[in-house]
Amino acid sequence: MFGAFVVYPVAYGLWMARDPSLYVDLIANPRYAQTLVNTALYVGVGVNVKMFLALLLSGFFMRRRWWIRALLPVYILPWALPAIPAFVSFHWMLIGEEGLVDSLLSALFGIQGPLWFTDRRLALGWNIVAYIWKWMPFWTLTFFAARTAIPQEIYDAAEVDGAGGCRRFAHVVFPLLGNLYLVCTLLSTLWTLGDFTTVYLVSEGAPSYSTDVLATLGFHYAFDAAQPSLGVAAVMSAIPVLIPLAIILMRALQTREVQL
Amino acid sequence: MNGRVRWALTEASSAALALALLIWSLTPVYNMLLIALDRDEGDIEFEGILWPPDPSLHSFYTVLTQGHWLLEDFWHQFGNSFFIGLMTMFLTVLIGSLAGFAFIVAANVTFATPYAILILQQYARLIPIELDQAAQIDGASPAQVYRRIYLPLMAPALAAVGTFALLLAWNEYLYQYVLLSSTRNMTVAIAIAQFFNSDEAPWNYMMATAILYALPPIVIFYALRRFMATGLTRGAVRG
Repeated sequence: MFGAFVVYPVAYGLWMARDPSLYVDLIANPRYAQTLVNTALYVGVGVNVKMFLALLLSGFFMRRRWWIRALLPVYILPWALPAIPAFVSFHWMLIGEEGLVDSLLSALFGIQGPLWFTDRRLALGWNIVAYIWKWMPFWTLTFFAARTAIPQEIYDAAEVDGAGGCRRFAHVVFPLLGNLYLVCTLLSTLWTLGDFTTVYLVSEGAPSYSTDVLATLGFHYAFDAAQPSLGVAAVMSAIPVLIPLAIILMRALQTREVQL
Repeated sequence: MNGRVRWALTEASSAALALALLIWSLTPVYNMLLIALDRDEGDIEFEGILWPPDPSLHSFYTVLTQGHWLLEDFWHQFGNSFFIGLMTMFLTVLIGSLAGFAFIVAANVTFATPYAILILQQYARLIPIELDQAAQIDGASPAQVYRRIYLPLMAPALAAVGTFALLLAWNEYLYQYVLLSSTRNMTVAIAIAQFFNSDEAPWNYMMATAILYALPPIVIFYALRRFMATGLTRGAVRG
């Protein structure tokens, strides 16, 4: 299974993109440098903000209030929705004054909202927002499950010692979940580097391909420009980043002791 | 008095956060609903309105009665989603929990299982090893340790991993797109992707399908939620 779904596509991709001149072509196009910056921003900001908020919110969902418990199924709804219609909807929410976001801004605050996809920074920001919206519930649930493994005695002891929420987070939760947090962040980074759907559907690369990430640039080359090898090369150029991340991930997995 | 003020502040900020999360989670879903409630295949998403002038459940009805050629196998595909989703969930939880149990780090099986193994292995580190040792001293076999101690203690993580595996299979479309050719074999997720490729795309049906399709995983998650009860290891170890 691993061979069929992981090794074969990667090996085939490397074989397709084996010609060094492809990478010369790739780098010669200024779009590539911008795509690299976008990918770094999309993955770096998206993953870290998402993971940190998920860790904090998992603590919120631990509170024993019926309305907080009832909120959890609603909160995971974005994750349960199929990605394509969800992101198509996100795109339409933002298509200027006809979109829901600008309609709400004008109805509630009398503000005329901007054209979100004509500004590179705004469009990139919305890609990240949509990405966080879709995937934060999943990681919140992961951390939520992990928090249930922290023995209640440790919390009680911290409370007896007079530790408030922040200090408890810094001295109990984070040391215990720190390694899990690192593992999850690395895993999420690896997945997000290959994420195609969000950018392809939310900003569609707009304005004028300035918000593309490596996966969507590869898609454009392969299908719109009919240069499949160049498309594969664009995606494969992420491998020098993937390998060190995978090594750090393996290292983190071998850390077994919890120091408190 | 000070304690009461503090309590009220905590409750108020919790309520504010809950409200913010509700808006955050539901605004894009509301936009989908807005499109789904449009009777015509139309352009309601381009009209800048907050509520459709003539809301109608027609598109939900069309989806449920398979009233459009893109939806002619909806219920069959729904069954496929259930079969593939539940099988993936079951196998991932089984393989993941056994691998975590044996403390094997083999992040190389398939797609859900690496996550399952990573999470379960990390989670297992948090469980006091004393329980395992105590059971072994009492003469429990590995199978008994697995069933009586490991599985109950791992229940929250297994519920998370199970939900993850279910949703991964439920909404996955790339591999199925490559592997499955007949529309009869598709899950609903990939049938929705077909909407996107078709020339005359009835967006209201697409959004109605998506909303209906998201409900079963939420129900299954709700059923699994009781395994996520807190404080499972409370009192298990006395220092």
